[in-house]
Amino acid sequence: MLEASGLTKQFSGPEGMVTALSDVSLRAEAGEFLAVRGPSGCGKTTLMMILGALLRPTAGEVRIDGHDPYRLTPEARSRFRAERIGFVFQEFYLVPYLSVLENIMAPSLARAHSNAQARARELMGRFQLSDRAAHVPAALSTGERQRVALARALFHEPKLLLADEPTGNLDAENAGRVLRDLAAFAEGGGTVLMVTHHADAAEYAQNVVQMEAGKVVKAVVPQ
Amino acid sequence: MNIWKMTLREIAFRKPASLLALAAVAVAVAALVGSLMALDVHRRQSDQVLEAHEERVDALMAELRDEMRKASLKLSYNLLIVPQGQHLRDWYTEGYGRQYMPEEYVDRLSSSNLMTVQHLLPTLQQRVEWPEQEGRTILLIGTRGYVPHLHQDPKKTLDLGHMVPAGTVVLGYQLQQLLSAKEGDTVRLLGRDFAVHRCHEERGSRDDITAWIALDEAQELLGRRGQINAILALKCMSCQGVGLHSVRGEVGRVLPDTQVVEMGSRVLARYESRLRVGEEAKAALEQERQHHASMQARREATAGVISPTLILAAAVWLALLAFRDVRLRRGEYGILRAIGVGTGRLLGMFLSKAAIVGLAGGALGYVGGIVVGLHFGRDAGLGGGSSMTPAELLRPDWAALALTVALLVSILAAWVPALLAARTDPAMILREGGR
Repeated sequence: MLEASGLTKQFSGPEGMVTALSDVSLRAEAGEFLAVRGPSGCGKTTLMMILGALLRPTAGEVRIDGHDPYRLTPEARSRFRAERIGFVFQEFYLVPYLSVLENIMAPSLARAHSNAQARARELMGRFQLSDRAAHVPAALSTGERQRVALARALFHEPKLLLADEPTGNLDAENAGRVLRDLAAFAEGGGTVLMVTHHADAAEYAQNVVQMEAGKVVKAVVPQ
Repeated sequence: MNIWKMTLREIAFRKPASLLALAAVAVAVAALVGSLMALDVHRRQSDQVLEAHEERVDALMAELRDEMRKASLKLSYNLLIVPQGQHLRDWYTEGYGRQYMPEEYVDRLSSSNLMTVQHLLPTLQQRVEWPEQEGRTILLIGTRGYVPHLHQDPKKTLDLGHMVPAGTVVLGYQLQQLLSAKEGDTVRLLGRDFAVHRCHEERGSRDDITAWIALDEAQELLGRRGQINAILALKCMSCQGVGLHSVRGEVGRVLPDTQVVEMGSRVLARYESRLRVGEEAKAALEQERQHHASMQARREATAGVISPTLILAAAVWLALLAFRDVRLRRGEYGILRAIGVGTGRLLGMFLSKAAIVGLAGGALGYVGGIVVGLHFGRDAGLGGGSSMTPAELLRPDWAALALTVALLVSILAAWVPALLAARTDPAMILREGGR
């Protein structure tokens, strides 16, 4: 489902070129929950952006569902993301002036849904948000916000779910709940790639990749 | 969920910034519409004032024309016909002419088909020294009385009231005083005796030192037999449209070697006076018209500076607000791009907000501009707006202009920030945590 080989990413900075990612290769099948662990600044988020078709690698190749998104035009790549990839971030990135229902429906701006509201209500039911439909993000708890973000990511039933520190702002109870939801998505046949520096969070993953200084140092099998 | 719904939510969510943007557009449009309105009020008021003035001048001119027509019917020109070679300067300085013409001219004129001249008075005038009165200088005038225009009314009796019978003399006031003469007395003049036919009252003119005798006797005394030096054409009736030029033409055709001088008739004096009044009224109207045009031009020039300045200021202000908007909504743009919203749609979201603000601000500014324009128009001492109908106040072309300008200013000001937002790299935003 997800295959990355020889990914390298360099940025030009004030002190010359900085290598954020160096020759990273990994693979995740459909129904797999893969965690990428490592300390801050090790290149986890850069890897996730590249895998999410948001950041073109300096070298290497990404294939998602058999397609290389970087061979597409920017607009086609946007459509590709809308169809196949869901994102969850530590910062939630909910639209502050939209209600819970509307935030979950936001992906319909990118790709129309035949019954957007029914799909959003279904997701609200799944994530226990039905009684918060009309509330704006500011009126929600952090756990609820992340569940809204997760529901939004799943709106178009993506094949790949990319999560960047999804539990970083959550308490243990809410973190566990979100991780269980991610695991459930994988069990449903989707592929989850979660970037985290929490060892506890990685325990929900089937496979764990350890990164340091922009490189994959080892693959860890969780206990 | 669609872009417009989302945009309206965003406008409602960020009320202060939205209101500031709305106010900027409204102020700019109000300035534009207000300027147009004030100029229109001023123009209308000027038109009213000038129209009223023009009506007054037209009425005055009509009155003058009517008065002239009536006066021309009642009064007449008095013309002096002298030989062609007579210098008028000499005539006026000496009081008589030294050039002569045949007496027969007056008969020729009288028997001509000249329609406008009623009476002709041939005279021979000369300044002479009165030897019987110690050489005193007097003006001697020989006249044979009025020659009627016979062809017009052959049966009409000749008025002899001003005729001097042969062997008599008519004395001016000073001469009468000098001689202590009275009617019937005998006076000796140039070696010949004349009976005093009449004495004039004091006139305060050269008439006071004039002696009138019969023309043939004067010709004999002065050695100018069959000659005269002037014909007075009295009561030359000026029919409607017939002026001095026309009379001159008529006389000139009958007596080609003469010249015709108008003798300061009351008609002419009144005509000239009325003409002056009319000209002054017209000049005053023109001056007022120029004054209004100049005021209008000044107002247009002022409006031509104020409106563009405020529109430009509004555009700058809107652009600043839009840049602030882009910065505040980076996280939103980042996630929307990540979930697949294309740059075109993102650009549309940004510009739709500008369009909504522009249209709403334009509508507000249009209404505000009408109010401001009327207010300034009245403040400038103009009342033109008060009598305007709703259709004149709410002009669709101004409404269209207001909305177009508002829309253009708003969208153009948001264009660069919108491009910036649409082209922002989502990966960069999301990696930076939306900051």
